Amino acid sequence: MGSFLKFFFKYFVGRLAVCLLVIFVGVTITFLIPRLIPGANPAETAVRRLQMAGSYLPPESIEKMRDELLKLYGLEGSMAQQYFNYWKELLKGNLGPSFASFPTPVITLISRSLPWTVGLLVLTSIVSWVIGTILGGIASYRSNTLWVKIFEMFSNAVRPIPYYIFALTLLIVFAYILRWFPAGGAYQIGIEPSLSWAFFKSVVQHGFLPALSLIIIGMGSWFLNMRNLTSNIIHEDFVTFAKQMKLKEPLILRNYVMKPAMPAQLTGLALQLGTVFSGTIITEIVFNYPGLGTLAFTAIMQSDYNLVMGITLCSIVAVALATLLVDLLLPFVDPRIQYTGGAT
Amino acid sequence: MSPMAVLDVTKRLFKHDIRFRLSLLIFVILLVFAVLSVFSPYDPRSSYYVPINRPPSLSHPLGTNGRGQDLFWMMAFALKNSLIFGLEVAIISRIIAVIVGVIAGYKGGIADQVLIFLCDSFIVLPIFPILIFLKLLTREMSLSTLAVVLALFGWPWDARLIRSQVLSLREQKFTITSIFSGENTWELIFYEYLPHILPIVFATTINNMLWSLGLEITLSVLGLTSLDIPTMGTITYWAVQQQAMVTGVWWWILFPIVFIVLLFTSLYFLFVSMTDFINPRARAIAR
Repeated sequence: MGSFLKFFFKYFVGRLAVCLLVIFVGVTITFLIPRLIPGANPAETAVRRLQMAGSYLPPESIEKMRDELLKLYGLEGSMAQQYFNYWKELLKGNLGPSFASFPTPVITLISRSLPWTVGLLVLTSIVSWVIGTILGGIASYRSNTLWVKIFEMFSNAVRPIPYYIFALTLLIVFAYILRWFPAGGAYQIGIEPSLSWAFFKSVVQHGFLPALSLIIIGMGSWFLNMRNLTSNIIHEDFVTFAKQMKLKEPLILRNYVMKPAMPAQLTGLALQLGTVFSGTIITEIVFNYPGLGTLAFTAIMQSDYNLVMGITLCSIVAVALATLLVDLLLPFVDPRIQYTGGAT
Repeated sequence: MSPMAVLDVTKRLFKHDIRFRLSLLIFVILLVFAVLSVFSPYDPRSSYYVPINRPPSLSHPLGTNGRGQDLFWMMAFALKNSLIFGLEVAIISRIIAVIVGVIAGYKGGIADQVLIFLCDSFIVLPIFPILIFLKLLTREMSLSTLAVVLALFGWPWDARLIRSQVLSLREQKFTITSIFSGENTWELIFYEYLPHILPIVFATTINNMLWSLGLEITLSVLGLTSLDIPTMGTITYWAVQQQAMVTGVWWWILFPIVFIVLLFTSLYFLFVSMTDFINPRARAIAR
């Protein structure tokens, strides 16, 4: 056990180093991109936008404004100096002010919308993963049952349809024609976010359609994935052997058929949890949900550089952490991987 | 793969696979509809040439929209543009995929490693945010430019597929036979390998079209493509943008959705039945 802990520690440190390296490279790239793109100086853009709006400004005040803007964007001094300052501010948790909704700090905007996205993404990913995986395992074990065929047909029919169109159809049918659910937002306007029953009910009502669309699509694809994985496993010798030992069916299903497929499925789940940036962007736009995706989209459309960079950073960290999580979890479900640093 | 062989395969699929029969039928109807756009009396870019928001009638079979356009002809144009767009992406990315896949598989060694590393780097790139950024930089992107950009992202999976096929072909006896009988590398690749690769190319063409058309729709409904050119995406964009379902102009939003669903399901089932035919053991794994 002592040696196991030692190996685990070594493995953990190695993975953590890789994770930190990824974050470091990501931060550097987000620092470089806006500075290397020609003609994308955000201070100039802001000044030009003001001038285009028709307001007359004396030259000296434009000069002053430009300096101030450069300072706010962290574009003062040499490249090395800027880079150093960038890290310093970042470690303090300061991502600068947003420019479309000045002077709200970027970090406030992000922390306001992050819970909605994380809530929606985590809940729907886990629910659809659990249902899809279990049904997929059962489906290849009993491929002749009627409900399996129906479910498979359904998953296959939903699969090719672009997600946007699917979500839009749900929205039209349930919010506009049947009027069972509200057409947008995260909770009813006028209710203060609090721990009351009314607020909770409103959140569930508003989140139901977006969650439903994500769950149906996700469930279908996890189902087909798991079915593909397990359809080979059920013909393996050890499954036949387990059947001949007259083990109980649920036991065979759980330990002999589904378990070998777990590493692949778990990897997929963790990677999906890392996609906070792009994972629900369309959902949030269709259902007008105030999450990170909507925020990112408006930030890009309004050329709000600080905000775009802040959100990109968030997503890089999320992906890096998700990969770390996979690396740390996999050895527990897949004994072929050992903590000594590689497959044996 | 001669034209006769293709016809033969189609016939066999048509006879035995009901999915293939149905989806081919729907796809051909859509194709005819797209070709009809040549006879359109209207210019697809103009608007307000017919009364607005008229429900389907004899003179306007699919009704007219809030911008004074005849939806029947708009749908025909949209189908044509989208199909051409999908084909453009598919052809360019197929060419890249075949070149990369064949070189990586046949050459092996360092060339293989470099190309596969390139493939994997492209696979992990998050395409959607990148496209939004690109749009931010270029402002105006024509449909053909978008096709080229998507093609640059659409080849790696299939290049890997082709590579693995070439890897196994290289180990077969006929490779050695043809080298010993004096065929040079080009002849070997064109005459011996290509017939084995082409089925993959055809099947992945459809899969790739599904992918690129889906992305086109997603980008369009966000208002990120040239919105005055009718495509499956832009036509949905205008309906949603101008609140078709709130104002009660249901035909404006219904027909685009119906056509998109028909197009995607028929393409998908064509793809599934073709891959089942090529490789019955492996079930179709669409991206």
